[in-house]
Amino acid sequence: MRHDLKYIANWVSTNDRVLDLGCGDGELLAYLSAEKNTSGYGMEINIDEIIACTERGVDVIHQDLNDSLDYLDDASFDTVMMTQSLQQTRHPEILLNEMVRIGKRAIVTFPNFGHWTTRVYLGLKGMMPMSKTFPFRWYNTPNIHNCTFKDFEILCKEQGIRIIQRTVVNTDLEESWAIKLMPNILGQVALYHIEKQER
Amino acid sequence: MPTEIPADSVGLVTPQIAQFDEPLTLRSGRVLESYQLVYETYGTLNKDHSNAILICHALSGHHHAAGYHSMDDKKPGWWDSAIGPGKPIDTNHFFVVALNNLGGCHGSTGPTSIDPTTNEPYGPEFPIMAVRDWVTSHARLADRLGINCWHAVVGGSLGGMQALRWSIDYPERLKKCAVIAAAPKLTAQNIAFNEVARQAITSDTEFHQGYYYKHDTLPRKGLALARMLGHITYLSDDSMRDKFGRELKTGKLNFNYEIDFEIESYLRYQGKRFSDMFDANSYLLMTKSLDYFDPASDFDNDLSKCLSRSQCKFMVTSFSTDWRFAPERSKEIVDALVRAQKPVSYLEVDAPQGHDAFLFPIPEYFSFLRNFLNPAELGTTEGAAPHAS
Repeated sequence: MRHDLKYIANWVSTNDRVLDLGCGDGELLAYLSAEKNTSGYGMEINIDEIIACTERGVDVIHQDLNDSLDYLDDASFDTVMMTQSLQQTRHPEILLNEMVRIGKRAIVTFPNFGHWTTRVYLGLKGMMPMSKTFPFRWYNTPNIHNCTFKDFEILCKEQGIRIIQRTVVNTDLEESWAIKLMPNILGQVALYHIEKQER
Repeated sequence: MPTEIPADSVGLVTPQIAQFDEPLTLRSGRVLESYQLVYETYGTLNKDHSNAILICHALSGHHHAAGYHSMDDKKPGWWDSAIGPGKPIDTNHFFVVALNNLGGCHGSTGPTSIDPTTNEPYGPEFPIMAVRDWVTSHARLADRLGINCWHAVVGGSLGGMQALRWSIDYPERLKKCAVIAAAPKLTAQNIAFNEVARQAITSDTEFHQGYYYKHDTLPRKGLALARMLGHITYLSDDSMRDKFGRELKTGKLNFNYEIDFEIESYLRYQGKRFSDMFDANSYLLMTKSLDYFDPASDFDNDLSKCLSRSQCKFMVTSFSTDWRFAPERSKEIVDALVRAQKPVSYLEVDAPQGHDAFLFPIPEYFSFLRNFLNPAELGTTEGAAPHAS
């Protein structure tokens, strides 16, 4: 089982209506449905992943996250989630705003481009960084909008999005005291629980 | 002709007739005092009658969806690719019912049937059927077969519209609804195609205002033209190019108005074949039913409000090259279902065949359908040996 599931499950309440953007094979939704009796849908673009979802009995909608989510009503889901896909979307700031509009709360996870290995790689080698979290070459990476935790938090502030809670982990999705101390240098993946700022 | 029946076929099947003497009041206000429905069944109904699936047919379809009527049949039923033992609509688990809609010309009461009040064929007097009228007649057939609740109602194209209507009109009588290559209502462009098809038929000199039976003739040319037009819209540009390109029938251009290109020959053949087996009045009626379909119109034109009545799980499927019922149209149904907070899965299948793709055994599409129908939910499969009735 994916390690991040239990972190995410902590932020989801029993009977919540959830939407998982870029849901992959539906593992998270199946887990939440079994553990927390949630309902809702996944959205996915990859056909094989869509079939895998239906094999698990997870409801899934074939959708490109770059296309409009206008048709979804405000606050029509308790939680809108997106794990490890934000950096792959064409307009992350629009999607982020859509997530906190459609969901009463949202959960986002993404890899940290500010991790020390990335900084050292670019600094010493003078090449686009590659690592366990960023396993692609610059020309074939699906990650077109990489950011650091700091970048993300600045964006949230600018967009009027409140960070309810943040968990920073390493590639094995484990927390540690060192990561908590210097998350933007030592953390590889962050899980953010966010909502629209009350105005 | 099949020299032997394939192992994944439902085998030899015989159509059955159900006679109804309870009057059916139609959306138009007219009443059918009595009528009959022709249907076929495949597989075995289980003890608690929970494994039945209804197949709704498209414009020119009928009750013969799978298997063969005789060893002399050149082709199996129209959706044989999907129905049979081990196929997505698996007759090892499901009891499948396929019928011919009222107004059709393959045995169910329609324009070619004798009107008991005149003792002559109904012809153009046969009432135009709305999709909801068909669904009401399906429900009566379900009663007759002892099926209180369908495991699923499944349909493609006009059949998908019937499946959608089922979920609105009888929400408690189906668990699942598969809407394939359909739309919540026709666009003006679609109605336009239907109107050209109807004009082709009604302007045939042999049409005689629909009373061609009296004149002992048939508007064959008009019906063939209508079918040729329809056929073009069911294929995609790519599939036509791949199949025919600009291939010449005689290897050279003839500079006359006979057949030069293979596609011309193909369309004429399809048109002629269709005009031999389909009734022109039925074709007019079916296209009108398509044009009229718009369930949201009773709900302030809010499809989401309309579908909020439904209680079943939905599966919506579209095909990338279908321009008659484009994926965007299917997406309208999905959007409305999500807004109504109904369980739905949606897949746009990448397929070159155009609208006709829903009849092809495309692996992703069939896996999607199979997973959606999921026979494991039925629990035990007792009394469900493969058998065609």
